[in-house]
Amino acid sequence: MLSLDLFANAIVAGVLLGGFYAAVAIGLAIAFGQLDIVNIAHPAFVIVGSYVAYIVNTHFGLDPVLIGVLVAPVFFLVGVAIYRIYYAAFERTGQESLSGLAFFFGLMFIIEVVLILVYGVDYRLVRAGYIGETIELGFVGIPFRMMVPFVVATTGTTAIYLYLSRTFTGRAILAVAQDRLALQLMGADPVRIKQFAFGLAIATTAIAGSLLIIIGPVEPSLGRLYIGRVFAIVVLGGMGSIPGMFIAALILGIVETLVATFMGPSWAPAVAFGLLLLTLALRPSGLFGR
Amino acid sequence: MKPMMAIVRVLAILALMTSGSTLAQEPIKIGFSMALTGGLAPAGKAALIAMEIWRDDTNKKGGLLGRSVEFVYYDDATQPGKVPSIYTKLLAVDKVDLVVSSYGTNEIAPAMPIVMRKKLVFPSLFGLAVNDEFKYDRYFQIMPSGPEPKTDWSKGFFDLAMAQKPKPKTIAIVSADAEFSLNAAGGARKNAQRLGMKIVYDKTYPPSTTDFTPIVRAIQATKPDIVYVGSYPPDSVGMVKAANEVGLTTKMFGGSMVGLQFAAIQKNLGPMLNGIVNYDFWVPEPTLDFPGVKEFLAKYQAAAKGKGVDPLGHYLPPYAYAYLQVLAQSVQAVKGLDQAKLAAYMHKTTFDTVVGKVKFGSNGEWAKSRVLFVQFRDVQPNNLEQFAGPGKRVVLHPKEWKSGEIVYPYKK
Amino acid sequence: MKISVFWVSIVALLIAGLVFTEVVGNEYYFTALYVILQATMMAVAWNILGGFTGYVNFGSAAFFAVGAYTAIALDKALGLPLPLLILAAAAVCGLIGLGVGYLTLRLKGVYFAIATLAMAIVLETLVTNWTYVGGARGAYILTPENHLWFDSYIQMLFMLMLVLTLGSVAISRRLNSTRLGRGLAAIRDDEVAAECAGVPTLRLKLISTTVMGAMMGVAGAPYPFFVTFVDPVSAFNLFVAVNAIAMPMIGGTSHWIGPVIGALLVGSMQEIVTVNVSSELNVLIVGVMLVLFISLAPQGIVGLVQKHILRRRR
Repeated sequence: MLSLDLFANAIVAGVLLGGFYAAVAIGLAIAFGQLDIVNIAHPAFVIVGSYVAYIVNTHFGLDPVLIGVLVAPVFFLVGVAIYRIYYAAFERTGQESLSGLAFFFGLMFIIEVVLILVYGVDYRLVRAGYIGETIELGFVGIPFRMMVPFVVATTGTTAIYLYLSRTFTGRAILAVAQDRLALQLMGADPVRIKQFAFGLAIATTAIAGSLLIIIGPVEPSLGRLYIGRVFAIVVLGGMGSIPGMFIAALILGIVETLVATFMGPSWAPAVAFGLLLLTLALRPSGLFGR
Repeated sequence: MKPMMAIVRVLAILALMTSGSTLAQEPIKIGFSMALTGGLAPAGKAALIAMEIWRDDTNKKGGLLGRSVEFVYYDDATQPGKVPSIYTKLLAVDKVDLVVSSYGTNEIAPAMPIVMRKKLVFPSLFGLAVNDEFKYDRYFQIMPSGPEPKTDWSKGFFDLAMAQKPKPKTIAIVSADAEFSLNAAGGARKNAQRLGMKIVYDKTYPPSTTDFTPIVRAIQATKPDIVYVGSYPPDSVGMVKAANEVGLTTKMFGGSMVGLQFAAIQKNLGPMLNGIVNYDFWVPEPTLDFPGVKEFLAKYQAAAKGKGVDPLGHYLPPYAYAYLQVLAQSVQAVKGLDQAKLAAYMHKTTFDTVVGKVKFGSNGEWAKSRVLFVQFRDVQPNNLEQFAGPGKRVVLHPKEWKSGEIVYPYKK
Repeated sequence: MKISVFWVSIVALLIAGLVFTEVVGNEYYFTALYVILQATMMAVAWNILGGFTGYVNFGSAAFFAVGAYTAIALDKALGLPLPLLILAAAAVCGLIGLGVGYLTLRLKGVYFAIATLAMAIVLETLVTNWTYVGGARGAYILTPENHLWFDSYIQMLFMLMLVLTLGSVAISRRLNSTRLGRGLAAIRDDEVAAECAGVPTLRLKLISTTVMGAMMGVAGAPYPFFVTFVDPVSAFNLFVAVNAIAMPMIGGTSHWIGPVIGALLVGSMQEIVTVNVSSELNVLIVGVMLVLFISLAPQGIVGLVQKHILRRRR
């Protein structure tokens, strides 16, 4: 059954899926990969982004991706606020690893329940002109529903990567994880930098959320399915490396899709996470880690 | 003095007993757990609304046995581990008079040993073949699967397929790795084997699957005559969208896809649903206009507004209302709460409910299967109201409830 | 003197438990206590690796679930009695714990945590595809007829869980206060320094992971008999893992009594809320509790008490 047609389509689908995974993981690549903040509530924020996209799309008919971009600044401010609480309660006192984790666990549940209380538990979906359309390139079909998230994810990742490596603030973010004291000596306030970075991380969830609801229906507890994936992607790619994260996301997407097409989808998670375990055993710093 | 006092006491008690209504001010308590959070919450909450409508309807008419009806319920959060403590509390601490089940096999099964030990009648809401394991004679399942639930579930799909000319020969079976869908697919497999069909694709997928395009492509590559899918709401949406995008060409597509009965999903999928033959339990076709169902749905739809649950309520709510009707009618008939008498009555009676006539077999399942197979037709995009009326989900099977002919083959 | 106080309390609790089963007929208490005791065992187990040794395990649900499924598999295959099932679960999960320890030799901190998460998902996928125990279809374990001299099966399960939990607390205490415990604490504080000081870090880490794994497996083994229907999604679920981390954190991770306090407090809270608040608010309450406690008392309740005592001494 190994036909070229099927294989080519599987690779393409895997790449598109991987791009989407990257969009979801990039915020965590910043928060966890670079700032060492174990934000286990990250997928919950993505779900909030999905709900925002749903509300605005239903009432005003705006395109979900546009909504994500418009709402991102609000999410940024939320991220800043949360970081301040986190900093005051944990980082300042040096408790971050375990207590921070528990803090974000609690936050995850609170977000989920608030969503349930406000919006109920029914599935939410969005409408956009391109959902359901496919372009055919020879024997390879590319559904818009998957392509749009891929394009947005690639653009966003590139933009963030360039920002981090070219601008002062961006490089300060990269620096703060590596050597906080040196950064202070260079005249930048590490707390403000980290605050900004975490805000940026949460801002990405607004867009990731709109991409998620383009792909499929969303309900409040859906975030739980993504916790494993996003952490796996960040670690596999290497902590602190944005390009590494993107490649790791692509690898995950392709592996999952190939296994689903040829072996049987039920083994896809085992293969994907087995790959992660192997990487951790052989090269813990990930593909491109610092 | 003492004998006098004793006689006075006895007389007083007799007086109280015969005065009937003064003592009977105590409400009848019905206890249960329901999934109000977690994966099964969308259905659980809708069921609760329906049950509360029943309670209010009943109390307006004077209650049960002249006593008002009260619910005592707790959220089991779709966690089976919570169910034992909830039911032991209901019985030992809240001292409820009657119990009914939560929604879904996962939540019904953990309560079984507890109700079995106390020998209670247990009307249950939508669990597949739970009693196959326990063989409890006081279990009653309102889901109309039929006497052999696992195979009866998909039998209609195959009957429809086999009635076509030429008969389809190959079948692809795909299902989610979860309890209900696996059981439904297993039944489908047995039916296919019984009919001598060739199974060209037989795989499962994990519930966390995001993209169904590769799965649909793999299915397409095997060129099946018919495709049977067992899925839950998010995957049902994914499969339908992927089938549409890939351009799945097969003669019949559908099966036991949960979620295609929910209003929000129907509205979003729109014309992509056309041609799909899927299971359902109640649709607004003229053949299913049971007494009371339209009034009930009107009340449900009013109550559901703004609560974040299915706005139309065609799938689970009528059955949630019906299983309480069955319980109440039995209580009225045996004029009391004796569980043995209730069980006996429930086994031998045909009940009149908002979902029509209900008759249980010896294993507590419906004596006759009434899993409907409907085909979506003429669905317009982005329109919720079209599903409130007939014509969009034509009943093809069973014959008694048929409201139209199949459009075969399904093609895109 | 201190040691005898501990053992006296253990015996007293056991006797109290037995008396409880004789005197109390209301079955609700037994189901509620079973749930709390199970959570206590998981918390105590987690803390051995997490609190004492400093390695955060995200995959607690996997050990619990494998313990449960080992019991199911052997019950189906050989019909063994429950105590043997528990031993088997301990052995299997202990081995897995040992394996995890070996494989993650070089991983520290967060990498170790992610590895445990990955391992949990791999194990879940394996169990989901293992049709002998029902796979994703789930497995039914019917309540056995035999419940010894107790009035009902749940009373026997309660007593069993009490014995197991007290046993695990005793083990945990031993690990905490002996030389072994000091070695673990050295690893937690600074592994490299400990290595340099001659602490056999590898051996201690392996002991830690093995004991933790075995204990969690033991906590999981009676679960199928309690809940009657087990499927991978509910056995491997997130709440088990969260509670296993949250309870020791709230109680205090450095002392053996921390997880016990945390589990009793949080477990009771969860149980009370489940059977009194009939809405989704109960999940909210747990989340808020967690956040508040962690923010205000990062060292847990034990930490608060210790600070208090220190202040008094001054």
